[in-house]
Amino acid sequence: MSVEIVEEQMKVIIFQMHTEEYAIKVSEIQSIERMQSFTRIPGTAPFIKGVMNLRGVITPIIDLRQKLGLEEKEADETTRILITSNEELILGLIVDGANDVMDIPVEKIEPTPEVVGGVEAHYLDGVVKLGSRLFSLVNLEKVMQD
Amino acid sequence: MMNSEYLAVFLDESQEHLQAVNDHLLKLEKQPEDESIVGEIFRSAHTLKGMSATMGYEDLAHLTHNMENVLDLIRNKKKQATTEIIDIMFQSVDSLENMVNDIASGGDGKLDVTSLVAELEAIEKGSSQAVKEAAATTEQVDLLEVYDEYERTVLEESLEQGYSVYQIKVELDEKAMLKAARVFMVFDVLNQLGDVIKSSPATELLEEEQFERDFIVTVVSKDSGEVIKNKILKISEISDVVVQSMTSFVHTTQAEDQTLQPVQEKPSETKQEPEKGKDAQKAPENNKTIRVNIDRLDILMNLFEELVIDRGRLEQISGELVNAELTETVERMTRTTGNLQEIILTMRMVPVETVFNRFPRMIRNLSKDLGKQVHLEIVGAETELDRTIIDEIGDPLVHLLRNSIDHGIETPEARMAVGKPAQGTVLLKAYHSGNHVFIEIKDDGAGISRDKVLNKALKNQLITEEDARSLTDSQVFGLLFEPGFSTAEQITDISGRGVGLDVVRNTFESLGGVVTVHSELHKGSTFLIQLPLTLSIIDVMLVETGGEKYAIPLTSIVETAIVNKVDLFSAHGQKVIDFRGKVVPLVFMRDVFNTPVADLDEDFYSLVIIQKGEQIAGLVVDSLIGQHDIVLKSLGNYLTNVFAISGATILGDGEVALIVDPNALIK
Repeated sequence: MSVEIVEEQMKVIIFQMHTEEYAIKVSEIQSIERMQSFTRIPGTAPFIKGVMNLRGVITPIIDLRQKLGLEEKEADETTRILITSNEELILGLIVDGANDVMDIPVEKIEPTPEVVGGVEAHYLDGVVKLGSRLFSLVNLEKVMQD
Repeated sequence: MMNSEYLAVFLDESQEHLQAVNDHLLKLEKQPEDESIVGEIFRSAHTLKGMSATMGYEDLAHLTHNMENVLDLIRNKKKQATTEIIDIMFQSVDSLENMVNDIASGGDGKLDVTSLVAELEAIEKGSSQAVKEAAATTEQVDLLEVYDEYERTVLEESLEQGYSVYQIKVELDEKAMLKAARVFMVFDVLNQLGDVIKSSPATELLEEEQFERDFIVTVVSKDSGEVIKNKILKISEISDVVVQSMTSFVHTTQAEDQTLQPVQEKPSETKQEPEKGKDAQKAPENNKTIRVNIDRLDILMNLFEELVIDRGRLEQISGELVNAELTETVERMTRTTGNLQEIILTMRMVPVETVFNRFPRMIRNLSKDLGKQVHLEIVGAETELDRTIIDEIGDPLVHLLRNSIDHGIETPEARMAVGKPAQGTVLLKAYHSGNHVFIEIKDDGAGISRDKVLNKALKNQLITEEDARSLTDSQVFGLLFEPGFSTAEQITDISGRGVGLDVVRNTFESLGGVVTVHSELHKGSTFLIQLPLTLSIIDVMLVETGGEKYAIPLTSIVETAIVNKVDLFSAHGQKVIDFRGKVVPLVFMRDVFNTPVADLDEDFYSLVIIQKGEQIAGLVVDSLIGQHDIVLKSLGNYLTNVFAISGATILGDGEVALIVDPNALIK
């Protein structure tokens, strides 16, 4: 019974890292949190920052910059944690700032160029150019997988 | 499936009944003359048949139907409960179990039962004719119902007010599949015509299909008996209806000036009515327990965990504010939540019986297969454990029991030769002690040969020659749990497939348990399993190291100590201390967890002495914070296999502290 429905518009959250703007589908984000203290987990990959207490749920936090191969940055006032969850796991992604929700036309999504601002194309679903702005679509599934 | 909402109930009850059949068959084998046991089996088989037919599982219904026929013969003394019959019964139960399991895992519960059915029919044949006649005579039910005082009063008043009272015997068609549904329809019709005062068997039994083919209802109505009869006969699968008009009731008592019970319109309401009758003495017992979905208990537990976390927060705040009233309130709350915790935990407790009760059957088969005589003695089956633990311990226990019988208990000849009784004994014992439950599996078999274990371990390079000489007995037996270890000289399909005791140990350890072995050659072996009472709320020692807080489960802690730096020795580059006459290796938590804060230069070390089985180690931390009740939380699926961390907890201040897995720190 599954019929491929082509969505005209896709609602995304726009966030920043380094100088670029990125987008993740709104439906994949459970909430956006301010930076808060977390507990380091010894013996894990450097991009795993630790776990935090998100309203009683132990939530692992990763630095999306590091995960995508960008340089690290100290947390500041604009730093946000995007909380994403599916049936199996919950994960928090540290980003530089999340400021916008937009509708993007699906047909405008283009394949990812090999390297976008130093980010591994592996974690991206494509890029969208809207006016003078360029957004890279993050493939959350891949980010959560490895 | 249309019945999906009943599926869970069906599965639950089927499993219960199958277990009951199993248990009683075992009993019947020992006491073949005991009719009450046959009766029990019959009842369970009968209920199973009814339920599975209702749910549309025809193979299940078919097989149980044939079992029922044979059981009926035994019950009516037309057949003896011989070993052959019991064997076939067991095989049938196995098939039934397979079908039920198939349904549980989403299958359609279909299985080829023709050969079993044929065997059952073969048994049934010959005496079946006689049985049918016998059954027919027993089914001659006396239409005169016995009423209690209340019922008589109601009936007499009905008569006075111009109603007629009828006793109606309804007989269902032999092939009727949905008996409960037919009963419901009959009651529906009767409730439209008048009021059902009493039914026998009681309505609840009728709903559970706990009747043969007929039942009797007593009805007050203004309609004639003929009208009622015809209306009931319109329902399909009804073979006969006998309506008898009643004018007097046994031992009439003086009718009091009471108005008639209000006319009840909903069948469900009337259905409760007859319970006041015959089953009055049974009813109170039923009301003492209710079935609660385990998911609900899990939700309750989760909510309570939140409460424990908030309690921790409150305790901390009141400690900081130093306000007498607040402190007092928090203390009271701590006591109340403590009691609450106990109640919630007990609610989740299930007797180990639920796991143990499948063992007698398994042992019976196993000893037959191996040509050994084994008596399984179960002690303490009523000992309770948390449901989550119960769910996990079944398989490893099966493994250990098989191990005892396969490797432990000798053949009858071998036993006689060394002067032991031909029948070996395996003792399965569960008991509480402190915050733990112990499960002991003890056999009076050959015991474990230290030399054999050592040789095998040397061969598999688990130990060196040097180790072999210095190991204590329990350390040697501990080698049995090393991966890839198996002492069976012959590989049987019962045990000794290489996948073995290491899996058993891992399962118990993942539950926070510990397994130890004691054995005396020629006398027997004992496997002792220590399990925590519950999993989710544990007692820990909070420690601080390198600016981070960690929780160490109290169950692994022997004691804490503070030692002077000068008491440290170095052996093979490993720092050790002499502690109570023992050389204890030290593990520095800063190094293990690579903590960011630099080394403190102090003269004294805070030590937490931890143990894993026989081995102990001293965990060096910066400071000991204190003992706490914490809620164990998983790190989730993203962070798997974090070294020496078994989970996390939320502290009173909202911070997350990691829980150390001491087992990983002791090599």
